[in-house]
Amino acid sequence: MSTKPLKQIHLAAHFPGVNNTTVWSDPAAGSHIDFDSFVHFARTAERAKFDFLFLAEGLRLREQGGRIYDLDVVGRPDTFTVLAALAGVTERLGLTGTINSTFNEPYEVARQFASLDHLSEGRAAWNVVTSWDAFTGENFRRGGFLPREERYSRAREFLSTAIELFDSWDGTELAADAGSGAFLRDARAGAFAHRGQHFDIEGRFNVPRSPQGRPVVFQAGDSDEGREFAASGADAIFGRHATLDEGRTFYADVKGRLAAYGRTHDQLKILPAATFVLGDTDAEAHETAHEVRRLQVSGQTAIKYLEHVWNRDLSGYDPDGPLPDVDPEVGENTIALGRASVRQFNDPLATARQWRELAEAKGLSIRELVIATTSRQTFVGTADTVARSIDSLVQADAADGFILVPHITPGGLDVFADTVVPLLQERGVFRSEYEGSTLRDHLGIAVPEAAPPTGRQVAAS
Amino acid sequence: MSVPPSSSTPSSSAPLHLAVALDGAGRHPAAWREPGTRPQALFTARYWADAVTEAEAGLFDFVTFEDALALQSSAPDGPDERTDRVRGRLDAVLTAARVAPLTRHIGLVPSVTATHTEPFHISKAVATLDHVSRGRAGLRVQVSGRADEARHFGRRTGPLPEAELYEEAADHVEAVRRLWDSWEDDAEIRDVATGRFVDREKLHYIDFEGPHFSVRGPSITPRPPQGQPVVTALGDGGASYRLIARSADVGYLAARSPDAARTAVAAVREARESAGLGDRPLHLFGELTVFLDDDAEAAAARRERLDALAGAPFEDDTEVFTGTPAGLADLLLERRAAGLTGFRLRPGATAHDLPALTRKLVPELQRRGAFRRAYEADTLRGLLGLERPASRYAARTTLTATAGPAA
Ligand SMILES: Cc1cc2nc3c(=O)[nH]c(=O)nc-3n(C[C@H](O)[C@H](O)[C@H](O)COP(=O)(O)O)c2cc1C
Repeated sequence: MSTKPLKQIHLAAHFPGVNNTTVWSDPAAGSHIDFDSFVHFARTAERAKFDFLFLAEGLRLREQGGRIYDLDVVGRPDTFTVLAALAGVTERLGLTGTINSTFNEPYEVARQFASLDHLSEGRAAWNVVTSWDAFTGENFRRGGFLPREERYSRAREFLSTAIELFDSWDGTELAADAGSGAFLRDARAGAFAHRGQHFDIEGRFNVPRSPQGRPVVFQAGDSDEGREFAASGADAIFGRHATLDEGRTFYADVKGRLAAYGRTHDQLKILPAATFVLGDTDAEAHETAHEVRRLQVSGQTAIKYLEHVWNRDLSGYDPDGPLPDVDPEVGENTIALGRASVRQFNDPLATARQWRELAEAKGLSIRELVIATTSRQTFVGTADTVARSIDSLVQADAADGFILVPHITPGGLDVFADTVVPLLQERGVFRSEYEGSTLRDHLGIAVPEAAPPTGRQVAAS
Repeated sequence: MSVPPSSSTPSSSAPLHLAVALDGAGRHPAAWREPGTRPQALFTARYWADAVTEAEAGLFDFVTFEDALALQSSAPDGPDERTDRVRGRLDAVLTAARVAPLTRHIGLVPSVTATHTEPFHISKAVATLDHVSRGRAGLRVQVSGRADEARHFGRRTGPLPEAELYEEAADHVEAVRRLWDSWEDDAEIRDVATGRFVDREKLHYIDFEGPHFSVRGPSITPRPPQGQPVVTALGDGGASYRLIARSADVGYLAARSPDAARTAVAAVREARESAGLGDRPLHLFGELTVFLDDDAEAAAARRERLDALAGAPFEDDTEVFTGTPAGLADLLLERRAAGLTGFRLRPGATAHDLPALTRKLVPELQRRGAFRRAYEADTLRGLLGLERPASRYAARTTLTATAGPAA
């Protein structure tokens, strides 16, 4: 390894949200809604010189068995609004928001991101997600019309249309010269015309080119199409593979797709989601990690989780007893709605079979099985152990960095900032000061040049 | 505490409420060339923070942020290709959110175009603005009948007829309001004993159905601090009055004389009664553009100078006042007698006229006992003397205890 220069690690902070990573029952857990929580979390991330803060999004409250799911945190604020407010209480931290390409329109989303980029002086990023289901669609004018196989075709066209809008101002149009009376140098600033399968729009984009030119683009789907979409145009992937072997496989797979799009290896950062538990000794950290898992997966939560696979009501089963002997209901999952995780189980019969075998072999109850098979803490140990594992995963090309999700809101990041970050800095693999002011600077990705605006050519010809 | 205005006769001596309409460098097309303006800064947070801070120093009830889903234009139905006027705007909700943590008392009211936006998105955005500002959010709902704007979305072949646009906007506000109510205040229970984070009996499907859209709900964002952020709309007659009557907490009326103001007030109040909302408080504000200087000639000369730069005399869709702070105070108090409870003032040139409003008009009104001397409440509803409403669904739950969400 001595011939290879040390890779610099990228770190980001995911505000803990609507899932069972959060331990809301902990007395130290605060509000997921109060702005104070966001301020605390963002300032910790900025104090630690993290690249960015990350917000996930969901557009309908999850349901299980026809009722709103009530065991995890429920409720979150609007992504754009929180990020804009956070821009007012931070100076360098990047602000990444998850925004869906199915239940939005390019003109509106593009101007929200361009506005966020102006209002934060170049710190905006967009995590493009493609949830398409009719369940979520019931909250929107469009309804749930989008077939699953069109989710990425719309996403791709949504993103390319948004880029046409961002590029409709190349950054030279604003004169704002009071003396001469020229506010614009170019009367056709913002002109665009896009004709495609999903969008047929034209006119004038009304936000001048923003500090980063365009927001940084993230992608967070794991399918083959999702990876291809990321390779074709994203700056970073929010991934779910944070172990050495899975991470390296994913990393190699996705980076291997870049050349086909004329892109280089370093033009796409791979940043898996990661959790952590710290302790004074490794043993203590493992003990705490075990307790955290028990808090995250109560008996009820375990039953509900099993229902994602079984697709039927299992409330009569004892979480401390054996797995159900009935088989999963195959077909559309109607029991758990609004959950991305449900889509992981595309062969429920096989999953059920595997789980039964595992439970029998190891004598696991339902709850123990769920604890054993669901995502566990990525990094567990002393600050030193955790710093070493993060560094070694990155140096081994299992990732370019991590998006950390603490299990306590909003204070769960503090101990990481205070103990792990200094060790990474000592190892020379993480910044001690921000080198630049924009998120592109932090990630080391260039400001894109504006492509020639389509609208002006159309209009001129 | 001020008494909530009712649609019965408002007191003609109650202190005025004041809002300032922020847009670019000001209402006059040449305002960006006014000395002291920083036209290069119009797309920075700093510019907006400074303006809102100035309005807050003047104890204004709230600021509004103009917005549209198209480039500004003097032409009725498309871009005007002009290079001598401010063009471009930042999203109003985001701008309001950006300044929220930098201010403490003033209300923040972004403009939203109901015609092309999703009620679900708008509801959670404004609810969140209310959360991040701790109860100071509102929205100004507007419609768009412009073909160029419709082409930016490509969903509709042509604009809807005006009456239908306003009907749709009223439905939009209804859906937004139901979503704000869809979480009862105490829905989050964090009951460790039962493992339940929320009491789902206190979360409600809104099941809004209208001719142009339907929304199922509930919101993903918990009920905002004010319960219902303040809904405002501008009216100049007909369908726009009906929107104010049916949907608003504050209406801005573009009337050009005391008589016109009286007629407009009567028309909206009557529409409010026929909508069955006569007992719900509704503020009616006068809408006015202002050019203010210590002496009247200076104000007139300044306006003429701006007109010369713009190459045309300034006109607006509402009354334009040019004169002294004392003269403006006279006019506002005269209008108050016509049944208006406050005013939304549009600075002709923000760099000059906003400080003139906060530092000259406000003291003048205070001397006359017609405006507050300190912020008396922490929320926008509080400043406007509007009570915090209970969730409509909470009321229903207590009436019919069995009506929970569908199983
Ligand atoms: C790590 C990760 C995080 C995700 N976060 C979100 C999210 O916050 N909101 C959302 O709607 N979808 C989220 N998704 C779902 C995906 O973006 C995507 O829409 C969905 O998985 C379908 O695409 P796929 O088939 O390529 O996975 C996430 C997916 C992954 C892998």
